[in-house]
Amino acid sequence: MTLDFTPDELAFAAEVRVFITEWLTTEARNGHALNPSVAAEPALGQPWVQALATRGWTAPGWPVEAGGPGWTPTQRWIFENECARAGAPYLWAMGERVVAPVIIRFGTDAQKAFYLPRILSGQDHWCQGYSEPGAGSDLASLKTSAMRDGDNYLVNGSKIWTTHAHHANRMFTLVRTDASGSKQEGISVLLIDMDTPGITIRPILTIGGDHEVNQVFLDDVRVPVANRIGEEGHGWTYAKYLLEFERGGSIASPRLRVALEQVATLAISAFVPETPEQIAFALRLSEVEIDIDALEMTELRILSSLQSGENPGARSSFMKLRAAEIRQAVTQLGVDVLGSEALVWEHERPLYDHNSTVLDDTKRALLPAHLNARATTIYGGSSEMQREIIARSLSLA
Amino acid sequence: MDLALSDEQSMLRDSAERWVRDWGAGGSNDQDTLWAKFAELGWLALPLAEDQGGLGGSILDTTLLLEAFGRGRLSTPYVETVIIGAGLIQSLGSEKQRDVILPAVANGEQKLTFAHFERGLRGGASSIDTAAVTDDGSLWLNGTKIAVIGADAASTLIVSARVSDDLGLFLVPRDAPGVSIASYSMTGGGDASTVTLKNVRLQSTDRLGSGNPSMAIDAVMDAAITVHCAEAVGMMSALLDATSKYAQTREQFGKPLAANQSVRFKLADMAVALEEARSLALRAALMLGASTSERIRAVAGAKAGIGRGARRVAELAIQLHGAMGVTEELTIGAYYKRVVAFDTLYGGIDHQLVRYARASGRLAQQVAA
Repeated sequence: MTLDFTPDELAFAAEVRVFITEWLTTEARNGHALNPSVAAEPALGQPWVQALATRGWTAPGWPVEAGGPGWTPTQRWIFENECARAGAPYLWAMGERVVAPVIIRFGTDAQKAFYLPRILSGQDHWCQGYSEPGAGSDLASLKTSAMRDGDNYLVNGSKIWTTHAHHANRMFTLVRTDASGSKQEGISVLLIDMDTPGITIRPILTIGGDHEVNQVFLDDVRVPVANRIGEEGHGWTYAKYLLEFERGGSIASPRLRVALEQVATLAISAFVPETPEQIAFALRLSEVEIDIDALEMTELRILSSLQSGENPGARSSFMKLRAAEIRQAVTQLGVDVLGSEALVWEHERPLYDHNSTVLDDTKRALLPAHLNARATTIYGGSSEMQREIIARSLSLA
Repeated sequence: MDLALSDEQSMLRDSAERWVRDWGAGGSNDQDTLWAKFAELGWLALPLAEDQGGLGGSILDTTLLLEAFGRGRLSTPYVETVIIGAGLIQSLGSEKQRDVILPAVANGEQKLTFAHFERGLRGGASSIDTAAVTDDGSLWLNGTKIAVIGADAASTLIVSARVSDDLGLFLVPRDAPGVSIASYSMTGGGDASTVTLKNVRLQSTDRLGSGNPSMAIDAVMDAAITVHCAEAVGMMSALLDATSKYAQTREQFGKPLAANQSVRFKLADMAVALEEARSLALRAALMLGASTSERIRAVAGAKAGIGRGARRVAELAIQLHGAMGVTEELTIGAYYKRVVAFDTLYGGIDHQLVRYARASGRLAQQVAA
């Protein structure tokens, strides 16, 4: 057993670094540093997606036959780690990490042939039509209806908290095709073109000042039956499969570590050395850093078990839960290190398109990032849902 | 990177778990029988070098044993003898000292302990008052050591003492004239002693190593902390198992406790703390051979993180067992005491956080005393 990388793995890390040096622009780096959001919007992320596409590196988790690079789980971790350390934009990977696994597993050959290359090239930007005003954590209560009308479905209803709906050209949508059975039955998955008539998008501004999420209204939206994934009424099975990917497929510790190191660097000039305040802050920072060490090691343990063909099971809920809590803790430290500079509120977005007259660039994203991070324990299955999943895994009744 | 147990390690873990379970069911608590069994199973020889009667295993291998010991609440001087005592002799001892003592450790004849800590020190060792003074061709040792675990059963004490302005380690037979041992029961099991050394006469050949042994002491103590971390993981897993079983069988208001979400969430938090502790303990074991600062970060981080997590798990275990949890009729309280002892041992959460922060460059280095 060893944490050391093999010579091959070290060579791969070097290869990734060379690629990053060659392709990651200063603009992308600066933009990422000033992006307090969950993920990069297309203006920021797209050039990096295209750079990755030149090497076939857009979809690290896909099987080779679908267009993935054929990396081992360890290589995927190395890649994420190098990208995090270099400050590469954190991509909105809905298409690659969430939609594609379901298409690969349950889609028709025609759907695979059409959608997968468009995700790989960055041509398609996806959003996820899951939550509804009346269906949040209780997702299966969704009511958006899809009535069969010849070769089409007629979709009516509303989706909410739809991240990047205003950037996306496609939406991966859960709809109700049958309301007669239990609420898990009668759900289907439709791939909806966002240009279809009848779709209206209402922006929702969140407390960090950013426009990331939306409400999407669907009024008599015609969706071809050929755009349905799998069988009608089996959508819940596919959605659950997808949520496992959403929770277990991500590698969070490298980005968290970089964020913490940035706070630690700012703390050096923010505090007078060896004062009680500096010591108290250093100890608090260390507590969070130890949490990151534990999360990183858990990620590596899970990757190692994936490598030998095991299923992460409830450990993916553990990762979602802890990564979200640690994100909040790191961004809290970020606000604390700002001190009175946390009183500065900048209205303009995106931050990287506007200069600040008050704050240094290294500090401007800290407060919005902290505010945005309040959502991390809510989206993708709230912490309460994750605790419930973990409790169930203890074979409790 | 490879984080899978080897076949040998899996077998060792399984057999240790099985053996500890059977031993617990047998009910015997005779230390001599236990130690003879350990020797027979090869566990005492496990991390020792092969040319000294050892099996050439790693500290990581011994963590597999300690996790099982933690589950079964086994109190033995294993860490004091095999990890600390033999560890110091292996890294500092002369060829003769190694050849004489280590095979005797491996076959169970000798138990060792480290008489290091003194009153007024909180986990650190920056000032040692015990002194070894040369007079008349002999060395004379004087001082008082506290919290010497397993001193009563040890045949040899490794004593730290000032030699002029330096620090030295000395092999002192337990029954040497001038050595007096006042033992007491330890919280959670086992025994420790206050050791008084009054004009204990030594030869120069009783000294372990020649230069300052501080670096070796730190490395060996970090190995000891690491295996205790694995032991704590074992205790935490036993507490979670017992508590989740209890929550499923105990009924109140006409339904099992586990039907209540407030209870389920506490159990989930216990499971999360256990998972993190497992990761931190493994990380520490794998980083023992890394650079000094990386090693300290991994070990201090594990001790602080697991200290916090183990306390939380033990507190919730008592809480969810209700009034029964605070009685001597269940073993929950016994585990709780062991968790308190673990957290206290070799520096608690605050001390380890300071070590971690210093090794990470977040806090200024300690000013020399």
